[in-house]
Amino acid sequence: MALLEVTSLTKIFGQLRALDGIDFAVHAGTFHGLIGPNGSGKSTLLKTIAGAHAPTSGTIRFDGTDITAALPFERARAGLSLKFQITSVFPELSAYDNVLLALQSREVLPSLLGSWTRRFLDGEVMAALDRFRLADRADDLAGELSHGQQQWLEISLALTSRPKLLLLDEPTAGMSPEERRVTGELLRPIRSNCALVIVEHDIDFIKNLCDHLTVLDQGRVLDEGSVEQIERSIKVREVYTSRV
Amino acid sequence: MSAQQSIASDQVSSKRSGIYRPLRVLPLIELAVLAIMLVAPLALNGRPELITLITNIVILSLLAISFDLCWGFSGIMTFGQALFFGVPGYVTALVGRDLGVSQIWLTLPLAMIVGLLFAFIVALFLLLGRRPTPIFIALGTLTGSYAAERLVSGWQYVGAGNGLSAIKLLQIGSYEFVEGTEFYSLACIALLVVYLGARALVRSQLGLVLAGMRQNEERLDFFGYRIQVFKVLVFSLGGMISGLAGALYSYHQGFIGPGNMGPGLSTEAVIYCLLGGAGTLIGPVIGTAVIEVLTYVLADIASIRQFWPVFLGLLLLGTILFQPSGILGMAVSTRERIGSYGLRRKGVRQQD
Repeated sequence: MALLEVTSLTKIFGQLRALDGIDFAVHAGTFHGLIGPNGSGKSTLLKTIAGAHAPTSGTIRFDGTDITAALPFERARAGLSLKFQITSVFPELSAYDNVLLALQSREVLPSLLGSWTRRFLDGEVMAALDRFRLADRADDLAGELSHGQQQWLEISLALTSRPKLLLLDEPTAGMSPEERRVTGELLRPIRSNCALVIVEHDIDFIKNLCDHLTVLDQGRVLDEGSVEQIERSIKVREVYTSRV
Repeated sequence: MSAQQSIASDQVSSKRSGIYRPLRVLPLIELAVLAIMLVAPLALNGRPELITLITNIVILSLLAISFDLCWGFSGIMTFGQALFFGVPGYVTALVGRDLGVSQIWLTLPLAMIVGLLFAFIVALFLLLGRRPTPIFIALGTLTGSYAAERLVSGWQYVGAGNGLSAIKLLQIGSYEFVEGTEFYSLACIALLVVYLGARALVRSQLGLVLAGMRQNEERLDFFGYRIQVFKVLVFSLGGMISGLAGALYSYHQGFIGPGNMGPGLSTEAVIYCLLGGAGTLIGPVIGTAVIEVLTYVLADIASIRQFWPVFLGLLLLGTILFQPSGILGMAVSTRERIGSYGLRRKGVRQQD
């Protein structure tokens, strides 16, 4: 059974049919790339899966449960985690407090009020920052970090809840080639306990990281398969590749 | 945590040896304000009208802090905070008038519960939607405040436009709190307890959630936080503090009227907070003192008194435009104002 199963998903904004009957599945432990030209519906699909947009029609099943009508916080608690396209950290909080905020999201109200877990979570916060090479910047405000570091911080935030599925929307946008390489290195180890859906324009990055690709065009699935299959796809080559 | 994890954590922590602790200004300001509060009644001995003034400042500071918890710390723009000040104030007055009860252990908790429940009900209507906009919340609270003022103005049972006067004095046993140093001391104790409670709250892990809510509410949703619960909680706590202030006010003034729950006082709470410095608990206290002292000093000058509301409006506008962090923002850095929430994160890294 697929971890995530999207069936006939449609999202209409006014006159625009952003998603047009998308069928899409992600299996546990796989890295799944979503590619397509600008406006093909990649980010809309991620946001609709995460709950930022309510679908016009269609269903979304996650880990065997229909989450089509679930609120974002319910999806997050079910094990879905999203990293936004535009960096969305808490700029006036330190990198440390950003991670602490993400880590303590499952705490009950009395625990938060009494700060019962502050001491216990300290090690986890620093380990999460260290994993993304941010331990030295723990006390700096998130808004003062470089763009690449903010992206890493946000990936780190998305991973702290130990999600079953991580949705990454253009995690390397604005990064230097070296930062992109490092990002790939940082993401690879999560495969053992988390599936990944990643939207990227950098085809080389996605080819090196993912084992399955779905190509979107004008809100529809144009083709899908392994990286090799997509590279050989005449449909993709003719209709899409030249436009990326 | 396993031993291996613990070692790894220690190694990571050791990388942070470049931490230094800058001079923190806020505690010094807090201590200075506390010292002034303690000395003021001695310095003003023999000037009962000034004791009345500083008592009012202390009571209205509670209202300003309640607004600050909602807006300054949590990003909930309420333009109707006086609603939760006036209604408990009326309840206190009515309990005294109709039931003859004014015992402190009964009426102050009652006013706080009324404020809390009333704010909770309003919050259920305004804050439980999927993502109510700040404008919706601001207009909703403003409308509630206005409607309540109009309703009370025409309701004879509660004195209509004249309000309720000759309110029974607050009592402990047979001891009655009359206007003066005793009442001032009581109000100071109330402010101190509320202040310390609010300080503990905003510095707790819950305070971190509020800080996150203020900066990026949508992101918190995707962490798995049920934001509405936190909003309702803070809004209700704000109502409870306003309720305490409303009760103290009605006992102190011996009067409560429609204007004490309307948009006028609600806007003043906004001005107190923004002028002093939203997001710092001591800021609203300072803002309240500045406005109330100015009001008192200028009250005798007829030509100025006439334009005082206009001046207040301009002051609010000027603060928002030119000094959004308020008076305290001139002395306290943004970093210190926001603070840090983790273990051992009291300092900041030394800049190279």
